[in-house]
Amino acid sequence: MSAPKDRWFDREAGPIVRPYAVTRGRTTPDSGPYIGLIDVVVAAGPLPPSGGRLGREHRRLLDHCQQPVTVVDLASDADLPVGVVRVLLGDLSECGALQIISSPPGRVTNERLLRDVLNGLQAL
Amino acid sequence: MDYRHFDRDAVNAPPATAKILIAGGFGAGKTTLVSAISEIRPLRTEEELTDRGVGIDDVSGVDRKTTTTVAMDFGRITMRADLTLYLFGTPGQERFWFMWDELSYGAIGAVVLADTRRLADSFAAVDYFETRSIPFLVAVNRFDGAPVTDPEDVAIALDLLPGTPVVPCDARQRESVKGVLVSLVKHALTRSPQPAA
Repeated sequence: MSAPKDRWFDREAGPIVRPYAVTRGRTTPDSGPYIGLIDVVVAAGPLPPSGGRLGREHRRLLDHCQQPVTVVDLASDADLPVGVVRVLLGDLSECGALQIISSPPGRVTNERLLRDVLNGLQAL
Repeated sequence: MDYRHFDRDAVNAPPATAKILIAGGFGAGKTTLVSAISEIRPLRTEEELTDRGVGIDDVSGVDRKTTTTVAMDFGRITMRADLTLYLFGTPGQERFWFMWDELSYGAIGAVVLADTRRLADSFAAVDYFETRSIPFLVAVNRFDGAPVTDPEDVAIALDLLPGTPVVPCDARQRESVKGVLVSLVKHALTRSPQPAA
């Protein structure tokens, strides 16, 4: 008799659909700017008419970003790989359903941000 | 009608985000450090397979598979409603080097967590951050049984550029980790270009 713990059920068994199936094989967004891990995204109001061709995963992601959320938190919430989330966000942005609020590119030299983080850490 | 237009007033000010990398060799205590100070969350990344994975990932019979799933986690510290700090542990294994560029993009700085019994494990990370001018410090993790090492000796052993801080650390202790991160941000501030007087 095999022990039940040797078997994986439901979510533990992993996704039934291979991750990039939901992006139709695309591993990078079709267009648009680079989407960073801690960039903040937010749903941009009602779904435009061109949103009709969006898939189930697109809509699920959109549900998760009714409030501003970072790309990593979104990927964690939706339990999707970051690469997949990035492609789907690119689609959503392209059809106007999503606003991507980019974080500063490259090395952060924003003194105000550094001071805010320093104060935040010291207050922990 | 323009759906691309986004009314910024419709939502509160978007939160500011910052990230710090936690690097170091396998078993140096990266995950311990992150979980000592932050809410830890799981993350899946689906990465392109490179030839560095060949021989490690069994790719026989899946000739067309070009990506592999990497499980990692990250830490989140909500400092204020509009300010969140993220901590990313860098994958220790050499075959995940290609992820470092992505992780370091836009980072405030990095902590290189060192184990004095295996200082050589820190060389790669030190080299990476020095080459890219990313502010970093070396945090010497206290392992039971490890010899107590003078920070100056660590700096010499790692051939650090002058001015690179070396601080002691107990990755299990929240206050200690907090001190390390404070030191890092202070160091990054000294490297930040000063506004013209």
